[in-house]
Amino acid sequence: MNTQQIIHELNLIFEDVIDEGKVELSLDTTAKDVEGWDSLNHVQIIYAIEQKYGIKFNLTEIQSLNNVGDLVNLISGKI
Amino acid sequence: MYEFNHLKKNLKREFNPKTKLKVALLGDTATQFLAIAIQGYALEEHIGIELYEAPYNQIDLQFKNPNSDLHTFNPDFVIVFEAETKLKDDFYKTPLDQRDQFSNYKISQVEDYLNIATTTLNAKLLYFNYAEANDQVFGNFGSQYEKSYIYQCRKLNFGLSKLANTHTGLYIVDLLSQQARFGIDFIKDQKMLIQADMYFSIDFLPYVAKAVSDIIKAQLGVFKKCLILDLDNTVWGGVIGDDGMNNIQIGGLGIGKVFTKIQKWAKELKNRGIILCVASKNTESIALEPFKKHQEMVLREEDISVFMANWDNKVSNIQKIQEILNIGFDSMVFIDDNPFEREMVKQNLPLVTVPDLPEDPAAYLDYINSLNLFETAGVSDNDAKRTEQYKEEAKRVQAKAYFSNEEEFLASLEMKGLVEPLNDFNLPRLSQLSLRSNQFNLRTIRFDEEELKRFAANPDHQVLAISLTDKYGDNGLIAAVFLSKQQNDLFIHNWIMSCRVLKRNVEQFTLNSIFNYAKENNCTTITGEYIATSKNGIVENHYKDLGFKHQNNYWHLDLADYKPFETQITTI
Repeated sequence: MNTQQIIHELNLIFEDVIDEGKVELSLDTTAKDVEGWDSLNHVQIIYAIEQKYGIKFNLTEIQSLNNVGDLVNLISGKI
Repeated sequence: MYEFNHLKKNLKREFNPKTKLKVALLGDTATQFLAIAIQGYALEEHIGIELYEAPYNQIDLQFKNPNSDLHTFNPDFVIVFEAETKLKDDFYKTPLDQRDQFSNYKISQVEDYLNIATTTLNAKLLYFNYAEANDQVFGNFGSQYEKSYIYQCRKLNFGLSKLANTHTGLYIVDLLSQQARFGIDFIKDQKMLIQADMYFSIDFLPYVAKAVSDIIKAQLGVFKKCLILDLDNTVWGGVIGDDGMNNIQIGGLGIGKVFTKIQKWAKELKNRGIILCVASKNTESIALEPFKKHQEMVLREEDISVFMANWDNKVSNIQKIQEILNIGFDSMVFIDDNPFEREMVKQNLPLVTVPDLPEDPAAYLDYINSLNLFETAGVSDNDAKRTEQYKEEAKRVQAKAYFSNEEEFLASLEMKGLVEPLNDFNLPRLSQLSLRSNQFNLRTIRFDEEELKRFAANPDHQVLAISLTDKYGDNGLIAAVFLSKQQNDLFIHNWIMSCRVLKRNVEQFTLNSIFNYAKENNCTTITGEYIATSKNGIVENHYKDLGFKHQNNYWHLDLADYKPFETQITTI
């Protein structure tokens, strides 16, 4: 799966969880850039990603995420 | 089950909930998701919850400080969730020589909270019991060693049950049963616990929310009263009309054990006070035969209040059952193996609960149990008699057909009425009636036992409890009025009646009793009020029909103008 495809799917997950309309992520997007991407929604987003791809992140992995690019790399390394 | 994100989205959707409640949530972990799930689930049940979520880890403070936000909020329900992980931390902090007292200490704490909830806050307390996760410090031996964590945790759980058993106002959210069903790995999310200090996994949250919502609903008087059973391939395996009595599968024959289990379960429900009925497409005499003669049948003819076996469709049979029992469709559960019949009932009687049974009969019972259909707010000795009473009612309905006029019929019933004040004996039943009645309930004021005692303790208050017997049997306590004397006026704080005795002139009989009480206490007027709900439409004209005059939203009766009604009920 390529990066664009993952970002597209992440957009949908973010929109579903945050529920405040359209989300357009890019590789350097961080939590600050997206309205509603707070710590609570983050927990739910990570969980939704795990469900979607049938993968599991460990705590160290989650804590080392700095932007969407890191997240995409983490996902593509596991699927 | 709903997904958590669906429940979360409910909070943004437009709902017009019938019922609005104030609920406070206190926890020793982060409870934001739990709060969202509870509110979102309640909306699915048409309950709007205004929620106060206490700051993290302030349970004790919120209860004990009379100026806390909890006290200012004035909740109807207080929910307390303490995580098993935090309980462990507390246990480990306890000095070694006091660990055998750990659960006692916790119980006395809960007792304090309960006391504050019921007396100061006037709220009901919902307390989660604790998932049981052995720390394995003592291995298996821990379960028999008083100073181990698991021993104390179990003792605490049982202590909570005992406390709730002996006190009103405390209701246990039975997390332990959920743990037995799903396992702790599903309930708890280790990652979330460390990341966000949240205990429950996202997938489990909807189930917790359902448990909380079930308890609250039962407290509001919303619960199931009747189980309607199909027969062929539901109560026994096979088709009685084709296979004959000796070949249907029950007990030892074929997969008969599956159906025996279902029958035993239904019988237990009946013993608890759930009314059992049958709706089956069969010839009545053939369908009845196993109930009378089959040795391995657990359910017998006398267990079934209304037996509808004929060739009419199930919808009209369920409607007939409803007419006879006079209870709401929303208090009925219909169990049928046939998806077509289920669909037809669902479409025509949307208020009836119709579980979509799995295909394999062996899975029926576990599935039904997973729905927790028969939550209750309490039990009374009278519950077990209910089947008999409704059976008698079915006979009365049949007898009614033989009389040309109502009065003749009523006179033939040889009714005797007993009017009593509140006493220790009728207290549980009175409270039950007040919690259960939805339709004949003028102001929908509900009393648990404690509240009832408190109401009656006021010298200006009086409770009149009406019991009725007739030639078919004892109807038990079927009506009550809660009176409040205000100078020369007697205000009817509430008037409730069981719908089983509608059209028996019990209303008139009751009003005569109110009149007598008013006269003896030097009142000159009686005032009543009707507060409409979605369910009590049948009493909209109650006071008007009894001759009260409408004025400023209240109904008034002048004692001077009142001539006691003639009823066919003799006072005993």
